[in-house]
Amino acid sequence: MSTERSTESVLRIVWIYPDLLSTYGDRGNMLILARRAALRGIPVETYQVRSDQAMPSTADIYLIGGGEDGPQALAAQRLIADGGLHRAVAQGAAVLAVCAGYQLFGRSFYAKGAQCAGLDLLDISSDRGETRAVGEVRGDIDPRLGLPPLTGFENHGGRTHLGPGVAPLARVTAGIGNDGHTEGAWHGKILGTYAHGPALARNPDIADLLLRWAIGADSLAPLDDTWADRLRGERLAAASA
Amino acid sequence: MPLRAKVATSVSRTAAALSRAAGRGDGSVIGGWIGLKIDPDLLRNLASGRAIALVSGTNGKTTTTRFAAAALGVLGPVATNSFGANMPTGHTSALAKAGATPFAVLEVDEHYLARVIDETTPRVVALLNLSRDQLDRAKEVAMMAQLWRTALAAHPDVHVVANADDPMVVWSAVGAGHVTWFSAGQRWTDDSWVCPECGAPINRAQGDWWCTGCTLRRPQAQWTVEDDGVVDPRGDWHLVKLQLPGHVNLGNAATALAVAAEFGVRPIEAVPRLASVASVAGRYAQVERDGRTIRLLLAKNPASWLEAFDMAEEAPTLLSINARDPDGFDTSWLYDVDFSPLRGRPVLITGDRAFDLAVRLEVNEVPFRHVHTFDEAIRATPPGRLEVIANYTAFQDIRAELDRVN
Repeated sequence: MSTERSTESVLRIVWIYPDLLSTYGDRGNMLILARRAALRGIPVETYQVRSDQAMPSTADIYLIGGGEDGPQALAAQRLIADGGLHRAVAQGAAVLAVCAGYQLFGRSFYAKGAQCAGLDLLDISSDRGETRAVGEVRGDIDPRLGLPPLTGFENHGGRTHLGPGVAPLARVTAGIGNDGHTEGAWHGKILGTYAHGPALARNPDIADLLLRWAIGADSLAPLDDTWADRLRGERLAAASA
Repeated sequence: MPLRAKVATSVSRTAAALSRAAGRGDGSVIGGWIGLKIDPDLLRNLASGRAIALVSGTNGKTTTTRFAAAALGVLGPVATNSFGANMPTGHTSALAKAGATPFAVLEVDEHYLARVIDETTPRVVALLNLSRDQLDRAKEVAMMAQLWRTALAAHPDVHVVANADDPMVVWSAVGAGHVTWFSAGQRWTDDSWVCPECGAPINRAQGDWWCTGCTLRRPQAQWTVEDDGVVDPRGDWHLVKLQLPGHVNLGNAATALAVAAEFGVRPIEAVPRLASVASVAGRYAQVERDGRTIRLLLAKNPASWLEAFDMAEEAPTLLSINARDPDGFDTSWLYDVDFSPLRGRPVLITGDRAFDLAVRLEVNEVPFRHVHTFDEAIRATPPGRLEVIANYTAFQDIRAELDRVN
């Protein structure tokens, strides 16, 4: 990968530290983004960057997934020391951060009973809830993003508090999310969520939002989402039950 | 045996028999549950005086237990929990039902291994593998390895038979008093990228692995799989002919031979017994229906899906996915499985969570057809072979349709 920010037409997707944070089918988010780009004729390259490798700063979309406390704390330390992800965000890269990856994008989070410094790329902080949030989560996404309801499966012990520098990704209509009221956060081109499933399998419109942000397009050619729509219908209904 | 234990054993057997007679199940859990209520030390009492092997791990433990019990049969009667009821209630039922036997081989749920070692004082413990399973409630893999490590350190007289190819297993066993290493291969490596000892990355090449930060590395295996046979610690190769399919079952057979050898059974005596195992609680069972030869393969987690693709023939394949309580409610693991080996086979999908699977297969570029019932799947398949791969409750549903085949 070149060290200059990409001016070519190839869309570059980085999956951050799959060796540490890949507990809940997180590979799926990368596969779905790549496929939805390819179906639109957008040339795409994916990179899995391990925690012992330098983090490139020139990709277009960065994905980070879920994991346990130990790997989460280690990932945060390495990303802070590396600095590549911070440079990428400063240059306008789009990000989808899920679960443990979402928490570590904030100012601080709890892992193994201790407060850990986050990347400070989202104005959020996370601590421990009294109960573990496990099950279907559903929410109405911020109308400014113009997306249909969020559906996902959450599994986390954290509670996340949003500062004035971010907006909630969604208002919770089932499940817990951040705190039982809001779910996830967004700011600029960074989306954070507790939803796995993986998130982009159940929410293809979020995948397309990330693609539009990355290539600077207002719209993309529609795809046949028959099966994704059936899955969404089933899961949104299941969350109400 | 103390009187209380005798009473508990008798009641336990009666309850199991009643449960079977009432058609409520195979009795492999309820009998033990009642027996343990009457005598909390019942498992300890029933285990006393027997030479016992325990078999644990995320995958392959039911089959390996069956193989090991068959191999130990060379020496005399063997008690075993062959229905896959692998928690202390199931162990209690199995031993109560078997009566006095000199030997027992027990499959143990990995969460319960420490407790069952304490209560049964086994001669041998076989450790197969550790990988992600039922994400919404299972302990993380590293935590499970730590529990095993602690349990084995507390029992230095136990002889451990462990998989050299799985870094998590090696780390849990490496401090035990006596270890025999086997190599059964490891297709699934996504849960052991990071060293459990020091946190550094683990590198792999040509079947070998080593930590890049400390001294943990793959030990030399005494038992290995080579072609369609097993090499024993003396270097002798034994042809192993099995009815069960796939390379993974050859690995399970090697493990069982290593376990049996700890009791003094020679491979030359044990190998013919392994060939007698035709199916295990419905797994691998073949059923003829309407001109179709249907084979059932159970795949519970990402590692076992990869193994199922290896076992299945190039034939029409039905995949069925549920997400009920025993399966775990989270289906995101579907993206940890690469379904591309199915490309080119006619694929049918069904089950409670068929839509999750549909979206997954689309991304994986595996064409499929959705069917609503098992009968529809049969009608949609031309006469000939139909491979069925299903996760736990989906498997049980289909097994029930086929009259609880064993």
